Amino acid sequence: MASIGKILRRTFLIGSAAVVGGVAFGAYYVSRPAANPLKPGKGETALSPFVLIDQEGVTLFAPRAEMGQGVMTTWTALIAEELDVELDQIRVLHGPAAAAYYNSALVGEGLPNKGYDVSNFQHNLGEALGVLGRTLSLQVTGGSTSMKDGFERMRMAGATARETLKQAAADRLNISRDALKTENGAVIAPDGTRIPYTELAEAAGLIEPPETALRDPSEWRLLGQPQPRVDIPGKSTGTAEFGIDVRPEGIKFASVRMNPKLGGPMNGFDASVAETMPGVEKVVDLGTGVAVIASNTWLAIQAVEAIDVDWGEAPYPPETDELMAEISKAFDAAPNSTMRDDGDVDVTPEGATELTAEYTVPYLAHATMEPMNATALYTGQKLDLWCGNQAPTLIQFRVANVANLDKDAVEIHTTYLGGGFGRRGELDFGEIATKVAMAMPGTPIQTTWSREEDMRHDFYRPAAIARMRGAVKDGKAVLIDGKVASQSPTQQAVGRYTGFSGSGPDKVLVEGFFNQPYAVPNYRMSGHIADLAVPVGFWRSVGNSHNGFFHETFMDEMAHAAGRDPLEFRLELAQSEHAPSAGCLQAVKEMSDWTGTTADGVGRGVALTYSFGTPVAMVIEVVDEDGTIRISKAWIACDMGLALDPATVEAQMIGGMIYGLSAAVQEEITFSDGEVEQGNFYDYDALRMHNAPVTEVRILETNKHLGGAGEPGTPPSMPALGNALFDLTGQRARTLPLSKQFHLLI
Amino acid sequence: MATTLNINGKAHQVDLPDDVPLLWVLRDEVGLTGTKFGCGVSACGACTVHIDGEAVRSCQVALSDVWGDVTTIEGLGTPDAMATIQQAWVDHQVAQCGYCQSGQIMQAAALLAENPLPTDIDIDDAMQGNLCRCGTYPRIRAAIHDAAAKLKEV
Repeated sequence: MASIGKILRRTFLIGSAAVVGGVAFGAYYVSRPAANPLKPGKGETALSPFVLIDQEGVTLFAPRAEMGQGVMTTWTALIAEELDVELDQIRVLHGPAAAAYYNSALVGEGLPNKGYDVSNFQHNLGEALGVLGRTLSLQVTGGSTSMKDGFERMRMAGATARETLKQAAADRLNISRDALKTENGAVIAPDGTRIPYTELAEAAGLIEPPETALRDPSEWRLLGQPQPRVDIPGKSTGTAEFGIDVRPEGIKFASVRMNPKLGGPMNGFDASVAETMPGVEKVVDLGTGVAVIASNTWLAIQAVEAIDVDWGEAPYPPETDELMAEISKAFDAAPNSTMRDDGDVDVTPEGATELTAEYTVPYLAHATMEPMNATALYTGQKLDLWCGNQAPTLIQFRVANVANLDKDAVEIHTTYLGGGFGRRGELDFGEIATKVAMAMPGTPIQTTWSREEDMRHDFYRPAAIARMRGAVKDGKAVLIDGKVASQSPTQQAVGRYTGFSGSGPDKVLVEGFFNQPYAVPNYRMSGHIADLAVPVGFWRSVGNSHNGFFHETFMDEMAHAAGRDPLEFRLELAQSEHAPSAGCLQAVKEMSDWTGTTADGVGRGVALTYSFGTPVAMVIEVVDEDGTIRISKAWIACDMGLALDPATVEAQMIGGMIYGLSAAVQEEITFSDGEVEQGNFYDYDALRMHNAPVTEVRILETNKHLGGAGEPGTPPSMPALGNALFDLTGQRARTLPLSKQFHLLI
Repeated sequence: MATTLNINGKAHQVDLPDDVPLLWVLRDEVGLTGTKFGCGVSACGACTVHIDGEAVRSCQVALSDVWGDVTTIEGLGTPDAMATIQQAWVDHQVAQCGYCQSGQIMQAAALLAENPLPTDIDIDDAMQGNLCRCGTYPRIRAAIHDAAAKLKEV
């Protein structure tokens, strides 16, 4: 992938041009188009922040981070659909950090409604609030929002660009714009003459963009069909550039050690041995950690590990059981939120059978395949930072502060991400790389963390506990009263991003808990926040990642208490509440030939989680093979309303499920003496080729609103597996990871 | 003392301490960044390269122990001239984040060189040292079967 920085330097000079984009928001102050970050040079025109046409061709900008979810391809397909260019004829680049690339969908996710039941009015309100994303310049890839965010805006950018180019051609030919057509990067005159966009670009830049309507989906050529991903040839030949691969001229390599007692101080260090080691150029005091700059990453890692450091204590209880006791104590205080309170849960209906259960899940690491890293070049007046990241405007703001520079003096170069899963929405790796580079001005320095440093300095998915009480009567659930307690990643992240601590009801803590699509008359779900300083963050599907397990394991327990088949029990409750969710359950029932009974040595479990606007139902089958349990098969059905690229949706569903199953089977972060005990893939492993299930995916398109794809596959995987293990063994799984309780193939 | 390595058919003079792993020679000295650092302890397979055709974890082979010709993902094929196995990866749209795929492809290439028509169990055995956090395993399996079929036709 060409570097946006290089192209900016090569072709863009200071100048101005007609700017469009975000036209749907044009009427209000907060929705005024943000400044176009692309400054075209002579002979070029930036039609919108998402499209650039110059003499060399058409470049589309995908300002969401490509971390494997295919956003670069689908996002550009949205533009190309209206612009009439072919994906193999254009260049696609990550956009620079810029306010114009705000995420309009992310803020809408914060509204206190259940999601699946939003009326059109609320839906519009959600979109209107999305403009806050612009005021806050939230250029964030996360929350499974990319397609929701880009769906209207990108097509509009493409359509506006197309009509502006047609107008330029109409002016040149002195005919009406309506007489012209467009095809494969050119305007076609009535006599068949092709005028390439590249020839019209300069004139188009002087034209006020005409208003235009979007094409009807029945006319789509690209959307709704699988498109070859633009990033895959590079990723299959070792030529795709990740953060760890950037090699600016004169680069040196560093590695870092921060206090493993997370957030604790550094009392002092002795680097006398490290300073004499081969390749070492400089030892850097980072205040709460140390770094070594060397001629080679491995030599830097060896040297930084040879530094004798006196670490201060962690600001939290140092042992796992003490942390869990603190989380449990949060139940004693008033809840932070009660976002669902239907009927009266305090009275158990006459004749109903009551049941209770407590569930526990551990802290989890993201463990992206590419360890944290960033490359920085600091000159005193300017800072360049190269890294894979999910939030370029936030990281730009943060590192500008670190380097004491104006934001405009900082250029963020976003590369491919070797896995994100929420970890690369944090800012720490950029901040550390900046501090290291400031110790050697004028030299680009790549700071790479060892795997152990990465595993032990994460912003973890918080451990969580749920206490559930329910009642069943006449084969139905009549009452669910649930409480969940955990740390709040949202409160912590707001504090990290803005410097102010977040407060108020935290919807993310209870997502997947309060908003599940079941018609249960007495239904109350509360969230309790444990105030602990263990760093916690956004882990693929966030609150849903624990709440899906809690809610759907309890649904299974209720089904059994009611003497019902667990799939039919759910289906009945979902049918009247949310048809797309019921449709997903019906689909996995058919796909798996679910009969409610299984052969000896085979177990099946089902789960449904509605998250990020998308219901996902899953059936998982486990097989006992001479005492070892294999996860043999999985069936997934999802409904995000419109699958803009079905092949990418399928990949995200399977990937999301495997990410969840990996955690359910064997992932756990524990603390001893204030330090994370796990360090590498031998003690924090995931599913692999031999123990990943054979999987079938069905994509439904009945949902009224566009839902996400990257995360919704994760939450139902864990309860579906636990429920399958119950079906096989008769033992209920109430604590993760499951390999502590069951002899699973690992 | 300078060591000479033959990498992708080209001789490279390398001046680094003997114990620097081949992975870091390739990435930081020779500039071949297609081979990835994932774990440093042979637990993930992201750094897999071939030495005399054998798949090895380059994070565990010291510079002084490199016993033969080295092939990396860049030596297998290029975007304009992909190896059959790489084309199968593209045809099956395997990669998500893509970070582990160089190692997956090098491991699969070594498997097919040794076993031209692997079964699912052969694939399980050969590939389980290669971790993928995105969960692309089903498409990797399909791509290996497809590449095996295409190589048989040749």
